[in-house]
Amino acid sequence: MSDSSNQPEKCACEGAPKANRRDFLLKVGFGLNALAGAMIGIPIIGYALSSFVQKYPLKKISLGPVSKFPEGTTRLASYHNPYSRKWDGDTAEIPCWVRHIEAEKFQVFAINCTHLGCPVRWFEESKLFMCPCHGGVYYQDGAHASGPPPRRLYDYECWVEDGELFLKGGILPTLADPKV
Amino acid sequence: MTEIFRNICLWVDDRLHVSKLFAATAGHHVPKSSGSWFYVFGSMTLLCFMIQVVTGTLLAFVYVPSGSQAYETLMYLSFQQPLGWYLRGLHFWGSNFMVGIMCLHMTQVFLFGAYKYPREVTWISGCILMIITLGLAFTGQVMRFDEDAYWGLGIGAAIMGRVPFIGEQLVHLMLGGPIISSDTLSRFFSLHVFILPGSLIALVSLHLRMVLTKGINEYPKPGQLVRKETYEKEYAAIIKKEGVPFFPKAISKDLVASAVLIFVVMFCAAYFGPKMPNGLADPTQIDTLPRPDFYFLWIFAVAALLPDYTETFILLVSGPVILTILFALPFINATGEKSWRRRPVAVMTVIVIYVVLGILTYLGHTSPWSPHMDAWSSVPTERSRVVNRTPLELQGLVLLQNKQCRNCHAIDGIGGHRGPDLMDVGARLNAPQLTRQIVQGGGNMPAYGNKLVPYEIDALVAYMVSLRPPGVPAARMSTVPGVPPKQTIDSAVLPEAHKGR
Repeated sequence: MSDSSNQPEKCACEGAPKANRRDFLLKVGFGLNALAGAMIGIPIIGYALSSFVQKYPLKKISLGPVSKFPEGTTRLASYHNPYSRKWDGDTAEIPCWVRHIEAEKFQVFAINCTHLGCPVRWFEESKLFMCPCHGGVYYQDGAHASGPPPRRLYDYECWVEDGELFLKGGILPTLADPKV
Repeated sequence: MTEIFRNICLWVDDRLHVSKLFAATAGHHVPKSSGSWFYVFGSMTLLCFMIQVVTGTLLAFVYVPSGSQAYETLMYLSFQQPLGWYLRGLHFWGSNFMVGIMCLHMTQVFLFGAYKYPREVTWISGCILMIITLGLAFTGQVMRFDEDAYWGLGIGAAIMGRVPFIGEQLVHLMLGGPIISSDTLSRFFSLHVFILPGSLIALVSLHLRMVLTKGINEYPKPGQLVRKETYEKEYAAIIKKEGVPFFPKAISKDLVASAVLIFVVMFCAAYFGPKMPNGLADPTQIDTLPRPDFYFLWIFAVAALLPDYTETFILLVSGPVILTILFALPFINATGEKSWRRRPVAVMTVIVIYVVLGILTYLGHTSPWSPHMDAWSSVPTERSRVVNRTPLELQGLVLLQNKQCRNCHAIDGIGGHRGPDLMDVGARLNAPQLTRQIVQGGGNMPAYGNKLVPYEIDALVAYMVSLRPPGVPAARMSTVPGVPPKQTIDSAVLPEAHKGR
């Protein structure tokens, strides 16, 4: 292929300018493709990495009337994920533990163990949260009791407004971003 | 008639160069010694992949990668779609065998020194193929969108969240949003059916291309050393002297192994069936024991057994370190002996890796570090641990059960195994020690001081002092040698005294 295409160039008396035109076209071709590649590529990469750069501010979410959580108890509650889509199915409901200490004093903990994110379970009798994966245990106030977790349970910011319990949430808490 | 057929064949060959392609690939010459049973694992892994591509493509006819419908479509596939259960079975068992046989292939290649000069690229592409295969296995278990998949993604996100500086962004990139959702499933579906298989096909092409350009490794003979200056000449001499065309002279064992593999995968699919999803991927159903598929149980075990302070470091650093070692291996150890018979370090390495992975997998399977979540309400107490106890001790027994102690502590092997078995605790610890342990916790036990009132602690301690093998006295205070502490006079000796009855 290259041999046969080189042949006429060598024979042609005006070979040099022709070769220049080819070189020029080649450069234009490369240049245009680099430009086109960048133009088509940058938005594609932007699309693929959008969740990498996007910010997900916490949203105000209601957990329902305070009466759902009697004083002195710790109960499982759940809220609808503010970032959910119609087709999320069951995954749109996010569970959390609500501890009603007294009057308007509440603690709301994320369900996720701070070790590797498994769902912790509350044991009323021994007042402990236990994790079924690697055996992390927490006290009723969320403090680390034993096992591998590197910190206490993740706390939601929560408050009472007109007899309704609210929290700020919407993201999966991890060690990198412990505010839920 | 045959003449016409012949002419058609010749025409096709002339236009498509089929016979030339065949001679350059399947007909290429290999050392006769490579037609060995040890050389069948590569083609078997590739065959597994082909089974996965065909069955996976067909499963995607029905499967809907949506948070609200994945589970339903899996149920439909398994119970209503004609032969859906069988294809799911083939796909599930095909994946198990793909991971397993890939490991055998890698082991064989390592032991036979096939990674050495000049096959570095073959080895490195193989290592990347291993990562892709494990990636396919992980993303595949997410497709079974059940509670294990959901919490498995949570574990993945929690590990990502430990990456410094960009952890948060990586979590969101992995999940496709701020939290595990349908978007997460969609991107894992895309990884599982497009990105990873596509990359795998590209790398398999390179992997096989290297077999053609640099030749398949000759069956190593002990004492025959690889030297960069002479190896290619020696290999050419081997091919010249005892080279045979791969097809039809060296392929027969591959063919037999492939057929056996297909039979075995078919049998497993038909007899054992596919792995069914467990509970719905509903995060509010927290009554769950998340476990990965068997090939990741060892990582699950590592996460439980590492000392806390090393955990983040090892979880994040060990992957790159292992990969660096694997990639560097053919350059560090490029020449010299190939035969495993003269490479004791290589043999030991393989044995150690298999033993370690085997033990970790077993531990991951039994997971003794996990509290037995239902033990407190469901496991029995042996009769001998109940009879002849004082009322105070019986109170202690009830407390021991009700306060979930047995979620972590077994008695006679029944219950959780997170903490020590309490069957002989009265012989190991005396009453003050037991009280201290219960009140303050420590040694990986929570403190119960503010969850129990003093009489409850007394009752628990009294019962635990009574837990000891027949004939063994209660533990004494080491500070007052020879003076029997008060509590040895209690009823703890009674069971033994009444043994004759």
